[in-house]
Amino acid sequence: MDTPRADAPPLLDIRGLTKSFAAQRALDGVDLTLRAGEIHALLGENGAGKSTLIKAATGIIARDAGTIRLDGREIDPKSGAEAVATGIATVYQEVNLLPNLSVAENLYLGRQPTRFGLVRSAEMRRNARALLAGFGLDIDVAAPLADYSVAIQHICAIARSVDLSARVLILDEPTASLDVHEVEILFRVMRELKSRGIGIVFVTHFLDQVYAICDRITVLRNGRLVGERPVAGLPKLELVRMMLGRELAEVETRRPERDAVAADTSMPLARFDAFGRSRYVEPFELVLRRGTVVGLAGLLGSGRTETARLVFGAEAADCGTATVDGTTVRIGSPRDAVRHGFGFCPEERKTEGIVAELTVRENIVLALQARRGWTRPLPRREQDEITARFIRLLDIRPADPDRPIGLLSGATSRRCCLPAGWRPIRAC
Amino acid sequence: MPIRLPRAGTAQIAAFLAILAINWMVSPQFFDIRLQDGRLFGSIIDVFNRGAPVALLAIGMVLVIATRGIDLSVGAVMAIAGAIAASLADSQPVWVCLAAALAAGAVCGLWNGLLVAIFGIQPIVATLILMVAGRGIAQLITEGRIVTFASPDLAALGGGALLGVPMPVVLTAIALIVTLALVRGTALGLMIEATGANARASRLAGIDTTAMTVAVYVWCGICAALAGVVAAADIRGADANNAGLWLELDAILAVVIGGTSLFGGRFSIPLAVVGALIIQAMNTGILLSGYRPELNLVVKAMVVLAVLLIQSPRLADIRAYLSPRRARS
Ligand SMILES: Nc1ncnc2c1ncn2[C@@H]1O[C@H](COP(=O)(O)OP(=O)(O)O)[C@@H](O)[C@H]1O
Ligand SMILES: [Mg+2]
Repeated sequence: MDTPRADAPPLLDIRGLTKSFAAQRALDGVDLTLRAGEIHALLGENGAGKSTLIKAATGIIARDAGTIRLDGREIDPKSGAEAVATGIATVYQEVNLLPNLSVAENLYLGRQPTRFGLVRSAEMRRNARALLAGFGLDIDVAAPLADYSVAIQHICAIARSVDLSARVLILDEPTASLDVHEVEILFRVMRELKSRGIGIVFVTHFLDQVYAICDRITVLRNGRLVGERPVAGLPKLELVRMMLGRELAEVETRRPERDAVAADTSMPLARFDAFGRSRYVEPFELVLRRGTVVGLAGLLGSGRTETARLVFGAEAADCGTATVDGTTVRIGSPRDAVRHGFGFCPEERKTEGIVAELTVRENIVLALQARRGWTRPLPRREQDEITARFIRLLDIRPADPDRPIGLLSGATSRRCCLPAGWRPIRAC
Repeated sequence: MPIRLPRAGTAQIAAFLAILAINWMVSPQFFDIRLQDGRLFGSIIDVFNRGAPVALLAIGMVLVIATRGIDLSVGAVMAIAGAIAASLADSQPVWVCLAAALAAGAVCGLWNGLLVAIFGIQPIVATLILMVAGRGIAQLITEGRIVTFASPDLAALGGGALLGVPMPVVLTAIALIVTLALVRGTALGLMIEATGANARASRLAGIDTTAMTVAVYVWCGICAALAGVVAAADIRGADANNAGLWLELDAILAVVIGGTSLFGGRFSIPLAVVGALIIQAMNTGILLSGYRPELNLVVKAMVVLAVLLIQSPRLADIRAYLSPRRARS
């Protein structure tokens, strides 16, 4: 790529990074150059190797080959902690903080201000408030982290990392589970850090976010470097072509024709009347019709997640009625909902969506098996068929049904949660 | 992320064979077997026979541990079941004794299961209650005495044999086969593993995690009761104070040696039984060697350490780190 070289040496310079998992080459001689005060998007389809690049560069996993330079000096972090000590902080898609500790404790974990060996809680809280104020956040730092939304948890994770004297901040898909408003808060924080001269590597799947905030992009495909470009003046079509490796027109025609299902006004599939739970969600009405998608919109904390959980029985409603196919039913637990053909793809994938230790196949058939009951195990042949179908349909890579799902890339395992929640139920 | 060994069970089976080989070196008659009164005798037979109670406990315990629980009360449940069987032995047919003991075990398990699954008490605390109270209950049943019995039918469950194979071994084999059929022949195994590995996700997938949890404690109670009957039948009496004392720890050890993590999830019933046999083979070996039995505890601790180190994911990381594949440029 003939991008014009800046005069100063790059802040972070990764060359020829290579990493294989067993027989699979996840990264093949990839380069990435990050300058000070730059927001650099790392792009690529799911499974392209973005997370692997980040982990190999920060010593979370051992790399097979490649050099990493920070300020022109070669570094070789052997662990995440070492990377942080040299000035590279990483915030992962799944926030790696302790939800049951307070915000302040999370921010200062392992480096609490102490006197005579005792933690000085008041001072810690004061520091935490000041730190977060720098990011435009004014929250109760004594409350457990879990009380706050994913966005705020992300910002806490960023604040903690940056406070550990970071020069480089790596954000691996921080926006995947944020809404528009929350993304705006995050962007404000990123712009603030950029103005302090910190270099940011930003992984995202949303192209408009690339254009909104990034200076340059690096694109990966199947573990290989496709190229590096400045964002200004880069046509969107060109960007998509780099990511997919084919023209957008082809992509469009490859997409199956969308079924023109007219919303039928006859009997709804399911309806919820005055459905609610005290001190959780006020009673609401919800009508679901065949062949339609209903979006639940609202601001942070307006009860979207809560509504979805109530509909699926993850929390039991204490008022109102649920009607499925014209008959009133009781949905007091996810088990009831699954029995009526509902599926659920929860907000928090790692803790609620998948069983990381089980294989892709087991995760995919789990809900179907639960619906059949324990006495009727799904024959192995049928399991294999269903799994193969969904691996193809959802383009799960690598297409290995016997791999523990926790080893897949974050976004890929999120897709597995879809059939785990829902589709195979239709197949029975 | 616990990565399983290439061939699950290789380490355990190798360890078992190694201990048998050591026993054979210590005592050259170790593998000698003779048939007497229609029952096989010999040190190797003894390993299986004496190992039966812990193996029975491990069969139930492995399911509980797979759901991320633990059952400290199995030793006390053995005492209760033994007391019931011994008290009824001279007035009731043997099947009534057995049924009553197993039913008591099921009730104990139900109690544990309800405390854990419905009331949300941590398993270690919930089962501690019955661990302490259970011996008291057993003493109430035996009225504080050591109850002996004369019934040859019940005694046969401990000292008898089927086709030469000692009854405790036969009963353990039956328990193993029934449990395997129940758990791996149906979808229960998958559901138990899912519940243990991630209860919240499993509940959202529609699995009745509460029922799963209660069921494994009930089954664990039944297995413990069977172990209690075998132990009582063996000594032709019930000793509420000492029956099954500390065996819950051996059972937990057997499960862990068998490769099932205390964090729940994946489990192996056959390997838990192998774990129980490993423990018993060590006990027998030290008895045969003539060393003081106290040494047993130290040796046991070292073997446990060795097995755990072999399984440690950290150790695999270190091995990978030291291997020359990590080329540097
Ligand atoms: N620990 C691992 N073991 C085996 N394969 C892995 C591991 N981590 C990632 N992979 C594989 O490497 C490829 C790249 O994954 P990843 O870097 O997570 O992709 P993404 O670009 O979506 O972040 C995928 O095919 C993934 O399945
Ligand atoms: Mg990723």
